[in-house]
This record gives sequence, C-alpha cells and structure tokens, in this order.
Amino acid sequence: MSKTYDAGVKEYRDMYWTPDYVPLDTDLLACFKVTGQPGVPREEVAAAVAAESSTGTWSTVWSELLTDLEFYKGRAYRIEDVPGDKESFYAFVAYPIDLFEEGSIVNVLTSLVGNVFGFKALRHLRLEDIRFPIAYVKTCLGPPSGIQVERDKLNKYGRPLLGCTIKPKLGLSAKNYGRAVYECLRGGLDFTKDDENVNSQPFMRWQNRFEFVAEAVAASQQETGERKGHYLNVTAPDPEEMYARAEFAKELGQPIIMHDYITGGFCANTGLAKWCRKNGMLLHIHRAMHAVIDRHPKHGIHFRVLAKCLRLSGGDHLHTGTVVGKLEGDRGSTLGFVDLLRESFIPEDRARGIFFDQDWGSLPGVFAVASGGIHVWHMPALVTIFGDDSVLQFGGGTQGHPWGNAAGAAANRVALEACVKARNEGREIEKEARDVLTEAARNSPELAIALETWKEIKFEFETVDKLDQG
Amino acid sequence: MPFQNTMGDYQTRQTLETFGFLPPLTQEEIFDQIAYVIAQGWTPSIEHIHPSQAMNHYWTMWKLPFFGSVDLQQVISELEACHRAYPDHHIRFTGYDNYTQSQGSAFVVFEGRR
Repeated sequence: MSKTYDAGVKEYRDMYWTPDYVPLDTDLLACFKVTGQPGVPREEVAAAVAAESSTGTWSTVWSELLTDLEFYKGRAYRIEDVPGDKESFYAFVAYPIDLFEEGSIVNVLTSLVGNVFGFKALRHLRLEDIRFPIAYVKTCLGPPSGIQVERDKLNKYGRPLLGCTIKPKLGLSAKNYGRAVYECLRGGLDFTKDDENVNSQPFMRWQNRFEFVAEAVAASQQETGERKGHYLNVTAPDPEEMYARAEFAKELGQPIIMHDYITGGFCANTGLAKWCRKNGMLLHIHRAMHAVIDRHPKHGIHFRVLAKCLRLSGGDHLHTGTVVGKLEGDRGSTLGFVDLLRESFIPEDRARGIFFDQDWGSLPGVFAVASGGIHVWHMPALVTIFGDDSVLQFGGGTQGHPWGNAAGAAANRVALEACVKARNEGREIEKEARDVLTEAARNSPELAIALETWKEIKFEFETVDKLDQG
Repeated sequence: MPFQNTMGDYQTRQTLETFGFLPPLTQEEIFDQIAYVIAQGWTPSIEHIHPSQAMNHYWTMWKLPFFGSVDLQQVISELEACHRAYPDHHIRFTGYDNYTQSQGSAFVVFEGRR
C-alpha cells in the first residue's frame, strides 16, 4: 500500500533520527561537531543536519512519494558528548553510497558541507571526519604516482626529501628566479618550489619562468649527479590555461608540477591529477585558503577531511603544517592526518582525532610536506615527527644562510643526513638534538654557520585548534 | 673588513644521494646502518657500477639479494668481495622492502675513482 501525502512541516527527527540504525559497509559516514541554537533538542538538530545534507528540505513535498526515501535518506544514528565542551556534541550521520556520483569529491562536498552550514537552527557546524567506504574509494583515481613511484623515479631512499620555496615570493624576474633555483639545487636540495602566489604575473610570465627553471634543474643535475625537480605551479585562471602550462612543463622534460587544490577547486584538481597519471608527471599540492575553513574549532571542516579529499582527488605531495614552525598545528592531530595521507588502513583513534576506521585499499600514498618557518635546529624534531615519507621544506631556512642558497641547502642536507643516520643507529635524536647537530657541524662549515644564525628563533604560541579533550 | 672576506664559497659536489653529504662512513657506522636495514625486515642487496654511469637507475646486481635469515657478517664479506672484484666501481647497499615494493634504504658504501 502506498503512503498518503500529508502536506506541511514535520519534525526532522521523525524521519532522520534513527538511533537503531547499523551503518552499512557501503555507507559514507560523517562526524559533525554540532552547536545548536539554545533550546533545540540534540536529536532534532542532528536529524536536521542529516536531512539538509541529504534528501530533506524544510517542508514535505508531494514528489517525495515518487521515490523510496528510506533508500536514499541520510540518517543521524549516534550522538556523543564533546569532551570538555557542554554546548556542542558530535552527530554521526550515515549516507547511502548512491547519493554520490562515482569519483566525485566535488559531489560529496556539495552534499555534506553545502547548504546545511548556513542552516539557521545551528550556531556552528564543523565536519570533523568522513569515512569513505572502500566501494567509493575504488571509484577515485587518487595520487597520480604516490610515494613509492616517486622514490623510484627520483632514486631517493631511506630519508625525507628536502625542498625549499623560492623567495622573495613575488617580484623576481624569471632569470633571477632561475638563479635562485639553481643555487638551491646545486647545494643539495632535492626540490625547489614555486610560491603559491606565483602564477603568471607581469613581473614573471609563466613561460619564461618554466624555461629558466628547466635549465637550472638540468644544470644542477649534471653537476651533482643527483635527480632534482622544481614544482612548477600550473594553478591558473581557468582549466584550459592550467592544462596548457602542464603540457609545457612536460615538453621541457620536467618531473613535477604543482597545484593549489582549494583555491583552484576540486574539479580542476581531479582533472589535473588525471592528466598527471596519464603523462607520468608528479603533482605537488599546496593548500592555500585551508585555514579559513579548518582553523575554527567549532565551525568549518577539519583539515583531516580536506586531506582525505585530496588523497581521493589526487596529489603526490600535500602540505600538512610543521608542528614546530611558524604556522598552526597540534602534534597529535597532525600525526593523525599524516597517517591518513600515507597508510593504507588507519584505525579509529580519538587521541589523534580520527573518528572512523579508514580503508584506502590500494590507493597510493601521499608525501606529507612540512613547510613554513622551519630551520636547521628543527631538523631532529621534524625527522622524528614526519619520518622518511615526507618533504621538509626550508625557505628562509635555506636562502637566509649568510653564504647564500647553496650553502644553506648544504647545511640542511648535512643536518638531515646526520639525523637519519643517528636515528638508524638507535639514538633519540629529538632529545640529543644539540649533540647530533654539533657533531655534524664539525665537518660542515655551512652547517656550523646555519646553527649560529638561527639559534634563537622559536615560534611558541598556543595552538588555536586543539583536539577535544576533557 | 668587507664581508666577502669572512664568507665561504660553496663548491658544488658530485654526491650519491643518501649520506652523500656526510664524511665517508667508518666501518662501524656502516655496520650500524646495515644492522638497521636487517632489523626493519628488509632484504639486503648489493649493486655496483662504473662512476661514469652512476645516474643510471639500474646498477649491476652483485649475486642476488640476501633473502631469508641474514647475518651481518655475511653482508660485510659480500660487500668486500664485490669491492675486490670491481675496485673502480661505486658499490651501493640497498634494503628491499617487499611491503612498499620499494627500497627502504640505499647508500653507497665504496666510491669508485671518478
């Protein structure tokens, strides 16, 4: 017997609060931190979130009866207290997989963090985590190459990679810019990087930059005998222009290009990742604008979700913060999303902010990139925190060396290798940081000068977005 | 005094990736690194090449990787045997990681004359 049409406004919880529901293996699960308007029951708010991010709207409509909403609706199935916070709670919502187009992070986000975030019954709403079912993961291409292929292509094993963003970030001519790249690479870095702001401005058009950089990469490879790359930023005003830049980088024989996935958008990013897979190009991903979305502890999207979305959309490197440098980052939480980028199965671990088991199947891993306000004294902590499958990027910490970029690069490379060697020997390099670095500096005047230059610089501010703890 | 007088000039060097920027490892330091590779469960292997072809991905393998239970001393004597057979070659020690299907570690133990 079919249902009868009953026009009007119903309580969301009648249909969307289902505490007895056992999520299916194919469901996409989400955990939201919800702060409702005073006086509205938690179940009603949680149900409203489930409804507004899936099939529901504020009023009953007759055409609902033409489909089977029981099959398509999102369900709020659990509510939990937030430790140490009386006004907010966690709402867990299960979404049937057929609500989402295959391989489309765009579609997932449009649903989960679409209109619902402006919903008046909420004061704040934050998407804390998403469990992507393996069935959905298999519809996504993911990183074009992944950690293992990148290591094999570049012949770099058993240590983190070293990079550096070319400074000043804006205003250099293409030829002078290529000079800065060359100096860094000949000094011992594996990579240099375009700053995210560098696209194709009047002071340095992209074709000129690509050509001079290509010569710098080739010369440094020849002179050092090691493989090198420069992340050529192909982020552009429109997709056609983005692909044109990517094609030119390939013509020049460059190994890696770069994209800003949040300002550029997931549509552009997923397309570019597919292009990279097809063309054997590595893809470095920057995350400009992320802090607008992820820094507020009660509103927005946690970065672990943005990191998971990038792994599905595609990228071989992703910036994760440094924990120790000038930019925001809680250690436990950072370790949590670093695992989400690199491992193939990550179990639920609330101590690191991970709300669900996540199985990535055979999706390649992404290098974690630590960049921003770090210098040679941070090296032991960085090697300990990030391990081998990371790219450590020292911008000012390379080019600010009193003898210039090449010496700065060599100082960092010596420090890195000394830390890796000491770690492998079983030493606790974070505790013995001073000994490890000063021993290494005995054979490296470049490192000795670097240690002297940056000995007093620290960035000790409290983290704004901490993990929820009682 | 002009600042150039105190400034060092960095001379570009040919290096061979991991540990290429450290002084040559002592015998004891080499033992430690090999012991680390064995402790990770990786499979030790030895390869060598003439310095003029060091940029190649494939260096010539010395025998086969040492699958199964591995004794540190055995690896050392194979490294020395390879060095005796190819005194002019670079000789690299690698640890194959069958979980990542990549190399967990790789470094040059003996550098050939360039």
